[in-house]
Amino acid sequence: MPQTAAILLKDLRFGWRKNLPEVLHIADLEVPRGERIFIGGASGSGKSTLLALLAGVNLPTQGEVRVLGEAINRLSGARRDHFRSDHIGFVFQLFNLIPYLSVLENVTLPCRFSHLRRQKAIEAGGDLQTEAMRLLTHLDMAHESLIHRPVTELSVGQQQRVATARALIGAPEIIIADEPTSALDSDMRQAFLRLLFQECDDTGSTLLFVSHDRQLASLFERHIALDEINQADQEGQ
Amino acid sequence: MAILSLALKSLFNRRYTAGLILISIALSVSLLLAVERLRVESRNSFAHTISGTDLVVGARSGSINLLLYSIFRIGDATNNISWKSYKKFAEHDLVKWTIPISLGDSHKGYRVMGTNQDYFRYYKYGNKNSLAFNQGQPFEQVYHAVLGQEVARELGYQVGEKIIIAHGAGKTSFTMHDDKPFEVVGILEPTGTPVDRTVHVPLEGIEAIHKDWIGGRQVAGLKISAEEALEKNLTPKAITAFLVGLKSKIATFRVQREINDYRKEPLLAILPGVALQQLWDMMGVAENALLVVTVLVVFVGLIGMLTVMLAGLNERRREMAILRSVGARPAHILLLVTGESLLLSLIGIALGLLLLYSGLLLGQPVIESRYGLHLPIGIPSMREWIILGLVGTSSLIIGLIPGYRAYRYSLSDGMSMRI
Repeated sequence: MPQTAAILLKDLRFGWRKNLPEVLHIADLEVPRGERIFIGGASGSGKSTLLALLAGVNLPTQGEVRVLGEAINRLSGARRDHFRSDHIGFVFQLFNLIPYLSVLENVTLPCRFSHLRRQKAIEAGGDLQTEAMRLLTHLDMAHESLIHRPVTELSVGQQQRVATARALIGAPEIIIADEPTSALDSDMRQAFLRLLFQECDDTGSTLLFVSHDRQLASLFERHIALDEINQADQEGQ
Repeated sequence: MAILSLALKSLFNRRYTAGLILISIALSVSLLLAVERLRVESRNSFAHTISGTDLVVGARSGSINLLLYSIFRIGDATNNISWKSYKKFAEHDLVKWTIPISLGDSHKGYRVMGTNQDYFRYYKYGNKNSLAFNQGQPFEQVYHAVLGQEVARELGYQVGEKIIIAHGAGKTSFTMHDDKPFEVVGILEPTGTPVDRTVHVPLEGIEAIHKDWIGGRQVAGLKISAEEALEKNLTPKAITAFLVGLKSKIATFRVQREINDYRKEPLLAILPGVALQQLWDMMGVAENALLVVTVLVVFVGLIGMLTVMLAGLNERRREMAILRSVGARPAHILLLVTGESLLLSLIGIALGLLLLYSGLLLGQPVIESRYGLHLPIGIPSMREWIILGLVGTSSLIIGLIPGYRAYRYSLSDGMSMRI
């Protein structure tokens, strides 16, 4: 059986309401598994909308969203939630962590909601704690002084690394990173990206990296400018 | 389970606000339970103000009026009963014992009751408890008095004290029987009944102090000293009421009818239990009002919780979005937020129970000795469990309000970080 693409969009259209103009129209986009792809675009170009569609939080008004071969726009809401928690790990721009949980609890959080990722994490590390510590070690976050600190006292860079460990635990097939570096200074940005790439390579995850910072694009195997492939704007004008 | 442990941690993170909510819920719940327990126990104790007495007999009036003046020492008798009538029924074949009661005088606002020694032998209150002496013994002589516990405590009397009885029932009576002082020979244990507020003297004592009185006035020039009075015939001509104990309960209605149908004098015999119930029902409004107020207090506590949960919700939208991104479904969010309210109220209820029982442990001896009201420290009654269940259920319903809002937020926000 040939490997299905990580992501396949066909004639995707999305508008917030029926009588409002479309904000997103992507005729065709395919992301093979294991690829690291940079999706650039100015704010307002529909990046967040695209991510919400890929995550199955929003549904397209037309067309198909296939993630790992599954047409997620045809799944029920609960199944989409399930699918997301099993197969997609997220890292956001800022404040990614639950303030009342410890570093380790934050990292293992997806395993509370996804059986699959829990099993995979236990297979990989023996138990959840060990696997979480292994990921934190890779991300240079396993110091005793750091993991016992309340997450609200960590620096932004440290918080992003904890969030990355959380996205990676249980080896989801797809990692979606939404401007994860925008709050970091440029040295930190490079270091963070290197760690992220390495971890995605280790787990074989596909990385979707969304950012308005085009300087980073060169570090990726492939980059797409959302403004260029999104036909909704041209049609609207 | 995963969600409930999240809810607990989230609450612990906000432990100061959560603590305040807990205090208000715990206080209101313990208040509600305390009022309920007091209500039930005072009702019980009220219904047992007098026990073991089959009939209360007085001059014909209303049954509640008779009960009020003969047992509760409230109000006055409309008329007296002749000694002859009393004697007739006291010697009735079916009657085991009688206690005559003669009222009309007072001491510093406390009613003085003339009776005989059968009072100490047969009078029962509560769960068939007899009167017991804290100090001293029953009266034996004409000028002896036995005090109820409250009288002795409030006025600071000891055995051996001489007291002067005032004519009439007011607190500030101007006519004193100061020529014939009574000696306190006994002080009773607290009963939680009107006995505590009564000065007991022999019927002969009442007769003696009124020997030189005719028609409610001291007759000028007619002075009979205490010693001279003892020489006279001190058998009373009339009494106010009397209590009847029968040889067999089965005869109760028969004797009652006989007394009520007595042709020589208009008498009224009542069953004290029935009249007590009627009286309590009249006071039920106040009782219910108290209960309503405490229910409202609990409600206010829960509304406080609702306010805090709703106010905190907006700043938690990011937290919800993160949870959604790691796989929490909107239903999880509903469960998390509702679960927090439910946990708060359950812990609050538990603390409330703790508060109630520590309060009972501390307060029980004081309440018992001062008011004669025994508050049992047993496990909650069925009614109390129902009340607790209702509090829990209302908190669940109230908790659904912020839960549902969080649910709506998580549906509309998805994973987007709005804040």
